[in-house]
Amino acid sequence: MPVNVHVDENLIYKRPSSLEDVHTHYCPGCTHGTAHRIVAEVLDELGLQKESIIVAPVGCAVFAYTYFALDGVEAAHGRAPAMATGIKRANPDKIVFTYQGDGDLASIGIAEAIHAAVRGENITIIFINNAIYGMTGGQMSPTTLPGQSTTSSLDGRDSAITGQPMHIAELMASLPGTAYSVRRSLHDAKHTIRAKKAIRKAFQTQIRGEGLSIVELLSSCPTNWKMTPHQSLEWIKEEMLPTYPIGDFKT
Amino acid sequence: MSKKLIKGNVALAEAAVRAGCQAYFGYPITPQTELLEHMAIRMPELGRTFLQAESEVAAINMVYGAASSGVRAMTSSSGPGISLMQEGLSYIVGSEVPVVIIDVMRGGPGLGNIQPAQSDYNQLTKTAGHGDYNPIVLAPSTIQEGVDMVTLSFDLADKYRTLVFVAIDGAIGQMMEPAEMPPMQELHPRPEWAITGQGERNEKNIITSIYLGADNLGDFNDKLQAKLRAIEESEVRYEAETVDDAELIVVAFGTSGRVAKSAVHHLRKAGKKVGLLRPITLWPFPSKKLAALADGGTKKFLVVEMNMGQMLHDVRYAVGRDIDVQFFGRAGGSIPMPEEIQEKAMAMLEVN
Ligand SMILES: Cc1ncc(C[n+]2csc(CCOP(=O)(O)OP(=O)(O)O)c2C)c(N)n1
Ligand code: SF4
Repeated sequence: MPVNVHVDENLIYKRPSSLEDVHTHYCPGCTHGTAHRIVAEVLDELGLQKESIIVAPVGCAVFAYTYFALDGVEAAHGRAPAMATGIKRANPDKIVFTYQGDGDLASIGIAEAIHAAVRGENITIIFINNAIYGMTGGQMSPTTLPGQSTTSSLDGRDSAITGQPMHIAELMASLPGTAYSVRRSLHDAKHTIRAKKAIRKAFQTQIRGEGLSIVELLSSCPTNWKMTPHQSLEWIKEEMLPTYPIGDFKT
Repeated sequence: MSKKLIKGNVALAEAAVRAGCQAYFGYPITPQTELLEHMAIRMPELGRTFLQAESEVAAINMVYGAASSGVRAMTSSSGPGISLMQEGLSYIVGSEVPVVIIDVMRGGPGLGNIQPAQSDYNQLTKTAGHGDYNPIVLAPSTIQEGVDMVTLSFDLADKYRTLVFVAIDGAIGQMMEPAEMPPMQELHPRPEWAITGQGERNEKNIITSIYLGADNLGDFNDKLQAKLRAIEESEVRYEAETVDDAELIVVAFGTSGRVAKSAVHHLRKAGKKVGLLRPITLWPFPSKKLAALADGGTKKFLVVEMNMGQMLHDVRYAVGRDIDVQFFGRAGGSIPMPEEIQEKAMAMLEVN
């Protein structure tokens, strides 16, 4: 029997117009997609699509500018906050945000991130912390957990040799030019809704011109963690959250 | 317009301001620091962007961002700083964004010293980042020419959507000379490819240097090479003096070009058939002119540089192996004396 589907009147969920209608190259179960979705929803809701500029990182999100329906640039590895600084200074009335992984921001690009915050650069940073280098195939990052196995720490991160995990949201909060710094998680629907609210606040901080805003998002990398999507979300909850507590470190 | 006594670094900075530079990002390094300091005063005065970056790495990426937004943007530095910028330079060329950089060269390798030198010839013309390209490199030999070259550099960067260096050495940067400043240009409108937020445009704009797939990147490189060949065709600049009947031609740029010129004048007065070829563009290099001079009968070339012979290879390549090409120069910060060049030229002339 043919089924009549009347979607128009009942449409309650659709692709945000700040996202392009294209397939991404993210692995199944990767929460990069979730992060894109909630950032795009916020831009739609705040009416910022035509006013915003995305600075994509080097990492799995290297093609973020093709997924977002926004003017965009591709920065060098770690240099997104510097590039965003140049863009914001040339377009002070536009919304400029970077989208960076933990290798990109916490390792190679930490100086640019810190100094953007020191200057109180009026940009937003969406920081995807998946505790690993995704794009290059799963090496240790500064946010890798002690004991976590990666391709460059097969027996688990040995803190005696490679140090302790780096707490970016707390670090950025300690800098005077940072106006908003929080950590959220993408491991379930409830937490994702909280993450979206934080992203909205971050962009509102930029709209008000208050200084740098950053949202750290605990995110999954099933491929390099060698887990199923479901196990990955559990791992965020059980293993990452104790080290990286959700919290508002500066608001 | 009248001439005014002005310091090289300050003159070049002011020329950039007058060319409509809207955003300057830089990091202090001798012997270019006065350039940055002049920008620190002038840019805010005019409501434009001056920002002291946390490093040259950050500075070049800030420039990359501002230039992607379609404003005239620049930085300035010296050897070690240019070395640090290499990755950014490559991204800039790879994404076809117009950028101007003034390099006030010092002695290398390593920390070297802050004496005038021409140690960045190879770095600027050949190895300014990974990938297949050459930036345009302008090498003035007087402050006036430096001012004119800075004006030109922004036009060339915009015209070809590429990276343009103006390379001087610490001597030109630090000395004072009379120079006439160009008039203040209107700020340029943003080009249609610029990142400004989509606004009223129908399509979003993207600035990127990534091309996945061998074909895509291959096609981009073919396009880039075609552009570089067009630059080679149209933008070669040099000064040639008394070359037509010359038995020996001295080839030198920048400060050594200037010294070489006095040496050549002196030798001519003494009745020697000597000429000067001073490349003003180090890339594109005046190879065709040099080849034509060799074909036209000049069999001796003396290359003078304030390094261990970097341009020397380009001269040798241009004139071919039947020609006697010799080198005079030193690295470390000493400027050659006209007498030394004369002596070397005389020794070459005496051999048949
Ligand atoms: C200068 C430079 N060094 C190294 C690389 C190689 N590289 C590409 S992505 C990456 C790490 C990305 O990891 P992360 O930032 O955590 O992002 P993810 O892929 O996990 O989303 C590295 C090291 C590069 N492209 N450029
Ligand atoms: S490698 Fe990891 S971070 Fe990258 S797309 Fe796959 S799951 Fe996501």
